Amino acid sequence: MPRDIPQPEVDEIQSLIDAQLHLEGPLLPILHALQDAYGIVPVAAVPLIAAALNISRAEVHGVISFYHDFRSLPAGRHVVKICRAEACQAMGGAALADHALARLGVEWHGTTENGAVTLEPVYCLGLCACGPAAMVDGKLLGRVDADRLDRIIGEIEA
Amino acid sequence: MKIYVPLDSAAKALGADEVAAAIAAEAEARGLEIELIRNGTRGMVWLEPLVEVEDGGERLAYGPLTPAEVPALLDRTLDTLGRVEDMPFFARQTRLTFARCGLTDPLSLADYQAHGGLSGLRRALGMTAEAVVDEVKTSGLRGRGGAGFPTGIKWDTVRMAHASQKYIVCNADEGDSGTFADRMIIEGDPFCLIEGMIIAGLGTGATKGYVYLRSEYPVAIELLRQAIDIARADGVLGSSVLGSGRSFDMEVRVGAGAYVCGEETSLLNSLEGKRGVVRAKPPLPALEGFLGRPTVVNNVISLATVPVIFEKGAQHYADFGLGRSKGTIPVQIAGNVKYGGLFETAFGMPLGELVNDVAGGTASGRPVKAVQIGGPLGAYFATADFDTPFGYEEFDGQGGLIGHAGLVVFDDSADMLHMARFAMEFCAVESCGKCTPCRLGAVRGVETLDRIAAGDTGAVPLLTDLCEVMKDGSLCALGGFTPYPVLSALQRFPEEFGTVKEAAE
Repeated sequence: MPRDIPQPEVDEIQSLIDAQLHLEGPLLPILHALQDAYGIVPVAAVPLIAAALNISRAEVHGVISFYHDFRSLPAGRHVVKICRAEACQAMGGAALADHALARLGVEWHGTTENGAVTLEPVYCLGLCACGPAAMVDGKLLGRVDADRLDRIIGEIEA
Repeated sequence: MKIYVPLDSAAKALGADEVAAAIAAEAEARGLEIELIRNGTRGMVWLEPLVEVEDGGERLAYGPLTPAEVPALLDRTLDTLGRVEDMPFFARQTRLTFARCGLTDPLSLADYQAHGGLSGLRRALGMTAEAVVDEVKTSGLRGRGGAGFPTGIKWDTVRMAHASQKYIVCNADEGDSGTFADRMIIEGDPFCLIEGMIIAGLGTGATKGYVYLRSEYPVAIELLRQAIDIARADGVLGSSVLGSGRSFDMEVRVGAGAYVCGEETSLLNSLEGKRGVVRAKPPLPALEGFLGRPTVVNNVISLATVPVIFEKGAQHYADFGLGRSKGTIPVQIAGNVKYGGLFETAFGMPLGELVNDVAGGTASGRPVKAVQIGGPLGAYFATADFDTPFGYEEFDGQGGLIGHAGLVVFDDSADMLHMARFAMEFCAVESCGKCTPCRLGAVRGVETLDRIAAGDTGAVPLLTDLCEVMKDGSLCALGGFTPYPVLSALQRFPEEFGTVKEAAE
């Protein structure tokens, strides 16, 4: 069951945009502020940002779609990120990632059918001396193995 | 009694927050008065959470500590590792850039100054801009982000440029696997980076700084923002740095998950609010950088090394090292190793000594097969290359690069064709799309490696040719250096590319 897409009021979006306009190069701070507030960058924000920064909508869309962090669809209630980079691979990270994909029954960036968990790849959390590494709802985890991952997923799915 | 529990991301990932909470609760239950300090890490990640207890003039280490061991810790009946400074991994290091990391409270300016902090800045405030730049030139400091360009020369270009506004931009988009030195110093000694950026401002005439920090580092983002607020409140940053009448202020900007933004020109585009596509050079960022103005773009470690150069003198720094690789390098030991962590040492230590001796070989206990050095764009070295001394030119001579000085060790279970394919796959995911060799080449590279994996050895020359085109024709290091891991794997482990393989795992 996909999560409802937030539909914030235009005034609310506008005030989040306006709060960043004093910065040099305000677009990324604006997009972060919107995503922090709504979990996505709302489609309705695109023309408002374009007008505020005097750039085209295509430009705004281009920026949003360039960066891996910005979402157009909400994530599940919990987000599990697993490091796919080389240092974690050297410690069995690829097998851990395969296990997570199978356990959740999703592809990368996918969300479980019940909307509980989204699985994201991440290329390095800087935990390269204690891999394989993962991040669950912002909490960092080192030396993760399949059993521990199953336990964590079991807890957040409950 | 002071108790130090690291707040470093790696320590947290191994349970430091739980240990800190257990210590606070147990001390409260006992009515024991303690000062709980969340410090940076000492860099011995295999011992994290590494807790230190300072009592009666002695500071002793315990670790890796579990919450269950906390009562024994407070009883002082737990076996200690002794003083950190006496432990072999630590005692062998030359800690210049990381001298305070893990030793002090990262958010205490008083602690920072008690351990040499701000003395470099005070000295720089009494010097002309030209003298500041000359000091950096004399130190021999080269860009620690990987390119190895002399920092003083870059600063001099910005110093001599005429503009109403110049900038210092710190590249903290540490996306390379196997590297964590930037994160570690920001979390463990953030004032050191701030001080380095102010000195860069004094040397170049820049009054505004930005730290472009990756979103994957939430702890570092929070810490650095707090440190900047503290520095501003105490007059270290602002319109009159330490009362000198010279102005410098800075802020943190958070990235958005694009690896290519670690490349300096795409970083500048990202900072301006554009897609992180690479810019052609020239113009150099030193002349036309952020918003088209003269800009120093330096890596975290380059900037965080500046304070100690001014504190102890450029010659002191330059006296360490090997040939044109002067000073120290924080080697990050990662992947499949027994003793992983940060090891700061003068340039020149042979690779094999770092891997076999300092890192203690593999964690799995199996033989070392390959070491990737310098991140996802770095070459794979084999044990036959272990006598290579750690230095810019020395690694270049072996068809590699030191990059940001991360070592990722693999045991004999590593599948080198798979790792070569991963390098191309990663390049395809992260390519900004600006130049053709990278945008198309990475995708074709994956395809070609799949052909080789399927037994088509006739595709090997095609792969080599493709890599040459990517090397010579790409605009930046992403497309230009992806061939390093691919070709080094092919050259050093040819047998893995020559036969039909089982399907990749």
